[in-house]
Amino acid sequence: MSAEPGRAASEPGPATAGASVPAIRLEDVRFAFTVDGRRTDVIGGLDLEIAPRSIVALVGPNGCGKSTLLRVIAGLLPARTGSVEVEGRPVAGPDSRVGLVFQEPRLLPWRTAFANVSFPLEVAGRDRAARERRVTDLLGLVGLRDWSRARPAELSGGMRQRVAIARALALEPAVLLLDEPFSALDALTRERFNVELLRLWDRIGATIVLVTHSIAEAVFLADRVIVLSPRPAQLVADVTVDLPRPRRPGDLDAAAVTRTAAEIRAHLEGATDDAFSVATGDVPAHSQPEQAIR
Amino acid sequence: MTSSRWSVSAIHRDRVIPPLLAFVAFIAVWQLVVIVGSYPAYILPGPRAVAERFVVAWTDGTMAPHVATTLSEIGFGFVGGALAGMLTGYVLARSRLANRVLSPYLVAAQAVPILALAPLIALWFGSGLFAHSVIVALIDFFPVAVSTMVAIRGVDRRLLEMARSYRVTRGQRLRMVEIPAALPGILGGLRIGITLAVVGAIVAEWTGGETGLGVLINLARGSLFDIPLMFAALLTIAIIGVALYSLVLLVERRYAIPPP
Repeated sequence: MSAEPGRAASEPGPATAGASVPAIRLEDVRFAFTVDGRRTDVIGGLDLEIAPRSIVALVGPNGCGKSTLLRVIAGLLPARTGSVEVEGRPVAGPDSRVGLVFQEPRLLPWRTAFANVSFPLEVAGRDRAARERRVTDLLGLVGLRDWSRARPAELSGGMRQRVAIARALALEPAVLLLDEPFSALDALTRERFNVELLRLWDRIGATIVLVTHSIAEAVFLADRVIVLSPRPAQLVADVTVDLPRPRRPGDLDAAAVTRTAAEIRAHLEGATDDAFSVATGDVPAHSQPEQAIR
Repeated sequence: MTSSRWSVSAIHRDRVIPPLLAFVAFIAVWQLVVIVGSYPAYILPGPRAVAERFVVAWTDGTMAPHVATTLSEIGFGFVGGALAGMLTGYVLARSRLANRVLSPYLVAAQAVPILALAPLIALWFGSGLFAHSVIVALIDFFPVAVSTMVAIRGVDRRLLEMARSYRVTRGQRLRMVEIPAALPGILGGLRIGITLAVVGAIVAEWTGGETGLGVLINLARGSLFDIPLMFAALLTIAIIGVALYSLVLLVERRYAIPPP
C-alpha cells in the first residue's frame, strides 16, 4: 500500500523469508558514554536474537542500562561496537522500523491527542487524508477515539501513555520498544493496561521489547524474560515463559507463574546485591516479597 | 481558550468595569490636582483642556502625520530588531561557540544606554525613517534575543529526543517542536520589546527629524508653546503603547498554550 511506506520499506531483503530472520538481532553490542574523558561502560558485549511477533521483557537492576539498550536498538544511541539489526537490516540512526515508547508520554502539550499521534506522519511527509485515516484508526485502537481533540493536560496519565503508544505505532513499526511504559500508573490501572497491551499486540503483530521492574509483569506479558547484570549490562539468563496465550490475569496456571517468577528472581539475586529491591520495586516496602510475584 | 466560553455579560463584569472605574478615578484626581493647585494651563492643563486639544489636533490634521511617522519607525524597527533578536537568541542557545564569542559584546552593547547611542546613529544615518528605525531595532534587539535564548534552552530535552526518534529534520524540529515550545518565552520578550520600541522611537525623534510624536512634543514645548498639545501628544503615545502591548498580548493568548 502506498500509504504505508514504513511497512513497504521493510519488505525487500531477507525479511520476507519469515520466521527464520529475527526481528531484532544484537551481535556483541557494546555501549559506553564518556564524561570528562572518563569512559563508563553501560552495555558490555550483548548477543541477542528476538523472534518476530514475540514479546521479550528486559529485567535487571536499577541503572543497569536497560533504557540505554532500547535507545541503541531504536538507533537513538550508536553502539560502540557490534551490530544491531532489525528484520535482517542494520540500524543506523533513528529508524521508522522501530517505535519507541518512553517512560513518560512525552506528548507535545500544545497539540491535541489527534495532532500528537499525527506528529510522526507529518514528519514523514504523509498527506492530510492519509494522516487522518491513520490517526483515527490508531486512536480507535487505543480506545481514545472520543478524546482526539483533548490536549495532554486534559487527559489522565494512562490516557497520555496510550496516546504515546498510538504515536509510536503511527509509522507501522515492526518492532515496538516500551521503556517501563506503565511505571507511573497505579497498580490496578497498570494491570488493566497490561491486558490491553496483549490485545493490542495481537492486533498489530509487532515484536515487542519492554523494560520492566516487575517480575510479575514480565511473566504475564512476555514469551522470554532476559535478565541483565548490573552495569555494564550483560546477559545473565534467558528465561522462557511457558504459558499459553491468550493470557488473562485470572486464569493463568498459578504454579507455572510462580515457578517462572522464582527462576527469574534467582537469576536476579545471583546477578546483584540489590536484587531484592528490584524484584519488589513496584510494591510498598512493608509488603511481603511473595506478593510481588502475583 | 477559556475566554471564548465566557458570556458577554461576564466579560463586561470582569474585564471592562474595573479598568473603567480606575480610568474615571484617574481623571478625577487629575482634575482635583488642577483645581486645588490652581495651576495654569502652561504648567498642568486639566483633563478637559487636554481632551479638547487632543480632538482638535486629530481633526485638523496636526496629529496624523506625526503618528504615521512614529508608527512606521516602530513597525520597521520592531520587526527588524525582533527578527534579528530571535535569530541571535536561537544561535546563542544552540551553539556553544557563538555563545562564548558573542555574549560579552551583547551584554556590553546593552550596558550602553540608547540615549548615548542615539547621537551616533544620527551622525551615521541622519535623522530619517531609517535612522530612527535603527534605534528602535537596537533597543528591541536585546530583550528579544535574551528571552529567545532562554526559551530555546528551556525546551524539554525529552521532547527533542522524542522528535529525533521520528527522524525530524532541523527545520521540522524548529517548526514543530522548538518554536511552539519556546513561544511563551519569546512572546514575553516581544511584550517587553514592543513597549521599548515606543520609547526608542520617541528618543530617536528627539535627536532630530521632520515629523514624529517626539518632534511634536519638542515643538509644542518650544516654539509653539502649546502645553495642551504636548499633553495630547503624550496621550497619543500612551494610547499607541497600550494598543501595541495589547496586540502582542492578544497574539500570546491565541498561540501560546502554557505547558501543563
